Amino acid sequence: MPEVFTSYNNIISPLGFTTKDNYSALLNNQSGIQNKSFGKLNDLFCLATIQEEKIKEYAVKAGIESGFTKLESLSILSIQDVLNQSGISLKEKNTLLIYSTTKGNVDLLEYNKPPVSKERAYLSKMTEAIGNYFGATNIPLVISNACISGLLAIIIAKRMIAEGLYENIIVCGGDLVTEFTVSGFKSFNALSTNLCKPFDARRDGINLGEAVSTILITKNKSLLSESSTHILNGASANDANHISGPSRNGDGLLQAIENTFSKHKHILPDTINAHGTATPYNDEMESIAFERAGLTRVPVNSLKGYYGHTLGAAGVLETVIALEAAHHNQLIKSAGFSEHGVSGKISVINEHKKTTINTVLKTASGFGGCNAAALFAKL
Amino acid sequence: MEIVISSYCRIKNNALIVNGKSIQLAKQDSAAFFLAETYKILGLNYPKFHKMDGLCKLGLLATEAALQNSGFLERHTLDKIGILMANKASSLETDRVHQQSISDKEKYLPSPSVFVYTLPNIVIGEIAIKHKITGENAFFVEPSFNTNLMLQQNNLMLKQSEVSAVISGWVDFDNGHMDALIYLTEIADDSIKKLNFKPLNEELLKQLYQ
Repeated sequence: MPEVFTSYNNIISPLGFTTKDNYSALLNNQSGIQNKSFGKLNDLFCLATIQEEKIKEYAVKAGIESGFTKLESLSILSIQDVLNQSGISLKEKNTLLIYSTTKGNVDLLEYNKPPVSKERAYLSKMTEAIGNYFGATNIPLVISNACISGLLAIIIAKRMIAEGLYENIIVCGGDLVTEFTVSGFKSFNALSTNLCKPFDARRDGINLGEAVSTILITKNKSLLSESSTHILNGASANDANHISGPSRNGDGLLQAIENTFSKHKHILPDTINAHGTATPYNDEMESIAFERAGLTRVPVNSLKGYYGHTLGAAGVLETVIALEAAHHNQLIKSAGFSEHGVSGKISVINEHKKTTINTVLKTASGFGGCNAAALFAKL
Repeated sequence: MEIVISSYCRIKNNALIVNGKSIQLAKQDSAAFFLAETYKILGLNYPKFHKMDGLCKLGLLATEAALQNSGFLERHTLDKIGILMANKASSLETDRVHQQSISDKEKYLPSPSVFVYTLPNIVIGEIAIKHKITGENAFFVEPSFNTNLMLQQNNLMLKQSEVSAVISGWVDFDNGHMDALIYLTEIADDSIKKLNFKPLNEELLKQLYQ
């Protein structure tokens, strides 16, 4: 099977509109999370939202006419950046767009008079609008698999290219902070009122964040960027335990990791970018799975302290940052972590530091008991 | 690699069709009534069923109907079975219920037992939990039932992951309207070849979905 690579990418988040801006913000210890009121209630929430004025400014600059929702505009901006960098076009027959999201345009349900047709709350209607903007030849594919959506999209894109179905796949992941998600996670008592603290002893829940991130997956060696990696393998697995709580023993995540390494048993990854949502049960489960997988000494971080939980975007955004950091041989501090608070023996990165990175393991877990893992190697 | 279909269940217009045998309920009956009747017809005793939203009930029942007497779960180890599903409306049916519960400041009452079903892949989780199936997962959202995509992704999962069998299908629930086709696919190794199942192809899928 042909080798498949990651290449040009983009992140739009509260920390910037390019991968470069986002990456430098992280190294400067900036977080996109702020304490603010949101929606109908007067409660204060810790959320990572993108400034509306900024979005307008960039949309106008890019000449995106009205007629698009907030998420569609952000997605177009993010995809456009990757198309510009790589010089490829979605008009090409050998190029596909895969979109990963949990809720898409769910904010359209809020309005009595929505800015675009309510039909666009259907995910394929949303991606059709995005695809049409770029004159896409192929109908975009949508993956909606809870919080592993983004990573699963990368894994499936890799398989599709390896199979010879396409030469290039643009994977774009996006989700917004909406009243819909804020009220839902609050009803679960899953929201922390402070900055989230993945793997820390005092962690008490998630912060929600919004972002769109895009990455080119390709087999075309002429399209590689300086931070390109080889996607060695990826896998998903289900806990088969509970729809809203992770497995206690990390079985599902362990299975995803073991299957990812099934043909690469000799590799011990140099770093792990975990899911690390900062809920008590999730982080505990992940630590147990990592220890059982023999990854105790591998430096691990979560990026949720910088971005909050960006749901369907998380797997793409966090992979992009993890691979950018690998390119710079940089371990990025797991923001919010100070005191080890999980029972699995793992090595949480507590300060930015330089090291040698050749291989990166990325994992994700989500509602519905799903887990995913993927292994990347620098070229 | 040869892939076969060993069993299927089709639900449309208040009819339950399992491997060609059809049970028709009154067309005017509600989706809720149809699901409750089907639960009885299949002889299930699974209390968790009653907590589920419509999409999960539909997917679980269609899967149960396809699995019954199929021998599928006995032929494969549970960590080598994948679940691949797709639909059009994602979880919008339950999204609308959650949105309703937060639309009015005076009657603001979001519920975690509703919110948890506002993701389409929960139906995969429910099926996985019922049978302890732990293999690969993927949920796609499409403009309509797309035989090409279903076949393509089925093949990819069987060829490029560790699974040897996939519970595959379309499960859509939108504005009270149900549409499901669940089919069981397996790599035809020597022992499965002897069972003379039909090969999985586009024509057969189109025929089953009709």
